[in-house]
Amino acid sequence: MNLILLIEQLLNGLQFGVMLFLMAAGLTLIFGVMGLINLAHGSLYMVGAFAAAAVAAATGSFTLALIASLAAAALAGVIVEIVVIRRLYDRDHLDQVLATFALILIFSEGTRWVFGSFPLYLDVPAALSGAVALPFGINYPAYRLAIIGFGLLVALAMYLLITRTRIGMRIRAGESDREMIGALGVNISVLYTAVFALGAALAGFAGALVGAIQSVQVGMGEPVLILAFVTIVIGGIGSIRGAFVGAVLVGLTDTMGRVLLPVLFGTFMDPSSATAVGAALASMSIYILMAAVLLIKPTGLYGSA
Amino acid sequence: MRREPLINALIVVGLLAVPLWAYMADEPYVITLTTKVVILALAGVGLNLALGLGGLVSLGHAMFFGIGGYAAGILASHAQSYDPIMEWPFLIEGTQSMPVIWLLAIVVSALVALATGALSLRTSGVYFIMITLAFGQMFYYFTISWPAYGGEDGLSIYVRDHFPGLNTLDPIQFYGLCFVILLLALFVVARLARSGFGLALNAARQNEARVRAVGIEPYRLRLMAFIISGAITGLAGALYADLNRFVSPTMFSWQTSGEIMVFVILGGVARLFGPVAGAALFILLEEVLGGLSEYWHIYLGALLLIVVLFARGGLIGLLAGQGKGDDDD
Repeated sequence: MNLILLIEQLLNGLQFGVMLFLMAAGLTLIFGVMGLINLAHGSLYMVGAFAAAAVAAATGSFTLALIASLAAAALAGVIVEIVVIRRLYDRDHLDQVLATFALILIFSEGTRWVFGSFPLYLDVPAALSGAVALPFGINYPAYRLAIIGFGLLVALAMYLLITRTRIGMRIRAGESDREMIGALGVNISVLYTAVFALGAALAGFAGALVGAIQSVQVGMGEPVLILAFVTIVIGGIGSIRGAFVGAVLVGLTDTMGRVLLPVLFGTFMDPSSATAVGAALASMSIYILMAAVLLIKPTGLYGSA
Repeated sequence: MRREPLINALIVVGLLAVPLWAYMADEPYVITLTTKVVILALAGVGLNLALGLGGLVSLGHAMFFGIGGYAAGILASHAQSYDPIMEWPFLIEGTQSMPVIWLLAIVVSALVALATGALSLRTSGVYFIMITLAFGQMFYYFTISWPAYGGEDGLSIYVRDHFPGLNTLDPIQFYGLCFVILLLALFVVARLARSGFGLALNAARQNEARVRAVGIEPYRLRLMAFIISGAITGLAGALYADLNRFVSPTMFSWQTSGEIMVFVILGGVARLFGPVAGAALFILLEEVLGGLSEYWHIYLGALLLIVVLFARGGLIGLLAGQGKGDDDD
């Protein structure tokens, strides 16, 4: 295990974490403001990826594909919010889980119906297809580096939006007292739709960015959704800062676990069983991390009650 | 408004009549389908204890379903290959005897429920949902990446496991066995619901502070309910493995958890026979809609949305009218 490989894997972990943050930020915002648990968030991620793949195939432009992913996911978010989600804010979590589970079924099969079961491919744009030379003689894919940059930029934009703008002020007010801001003359239902659309757009954007690394297929959203859940449970539900810290922690733990655990077990086991045990444990590492955080702080790192 | 017992009786009669008719008419496929209904209903009965009575929205019950399945698969695969599970410190061999497999499925599920429940129940509400979901996924990824028992490909049980005195390869005899187990589980759950434990559990769901005030600790009640619930679902998993003669990581997937929850909701939460009605409706839909369209999950999703948004008592609630089970709304 040399240093260069280690740094590359750290960057991979960071890239994965940043991706998770885009998903987790929307989820945690929607939960914080509207008190809604949204299982269909992964479907919005998938919608973004499919929209990007379709537009990229039609126009050949990656920029247009990214814009399409934002627009399609936000639009899908608005429609879903108005037709279904809005009826769920006053319901208990069980109803929310079931209704959004139903939405997953509709989204997944609907996408399969339109695009078929075969995965689509989204190419990395030519300008970002090479590798970038970093200090210490590391060559790292430019596209992954760009994802890290995009993600950090979005995190910063979210931070500014929430702490520095009027809509951010309303979102924060909505988190602390829903009825009061309604009484003060803010149109809550428009605010809720906007927050939902924002979360959806972030998820769709993440889907498009990841779509260029992995294949774009039905069911791609749910594994990410569950990791995003783990992320916000670790960070504390409702906290954007918690989502960011949790996402980076989960990204690094998962990536480094896959690299380091087999090596660690290799020091006292024969190679083939070390690989097996290491891989099996690595696949469980983030859940063990979550359990550990919950033992110490049941409401997550930045959660309040 | 005492229509619910009548509906329950009708369901039992239906579960007897359909396979008997299929046996007479020589339609083994229908018997297998009804067996599937009964086994999935059993998994739902397990979840309903935690969900309906205890108010614990677990999205991780596939964990127990899968553990039960793998208990059957692993024991049978060792028995098939005459390769003992361990030789030291004492010899443990595989087996194809159903009672032993069931015992193992129940015990291991209960132990896992104890460990995961003790941790998850420290939280509540939406945290609980996400954590149970995450624990389920943990088992899913573990079985995929653990190569000893088939990994992603799963395990085959070449000959269905045995039960003393029965020929389990005969569909109607295997059905009878599963049906009796379902009735026993329903009986146990009905007794539990009326016991002091069940009443306190129900009370803790409705008003935790009051239960605490009379000196009962809700955490213990819920943990106990989660353990029994997991054990029942684990038993269903073992039967399901024998029905298909195959186990795979899919049994652990979060979709399985979602579907078990759908049985409970389609039928009616906290209704004793809710999961049975729900599983029957689900399999019926799968057969009818699945025959019409490859994309039948769209219709299932739409139906589920309608049930959640507009018909909150599920099928039994619709037929029996409001009343039992909706006391907290």
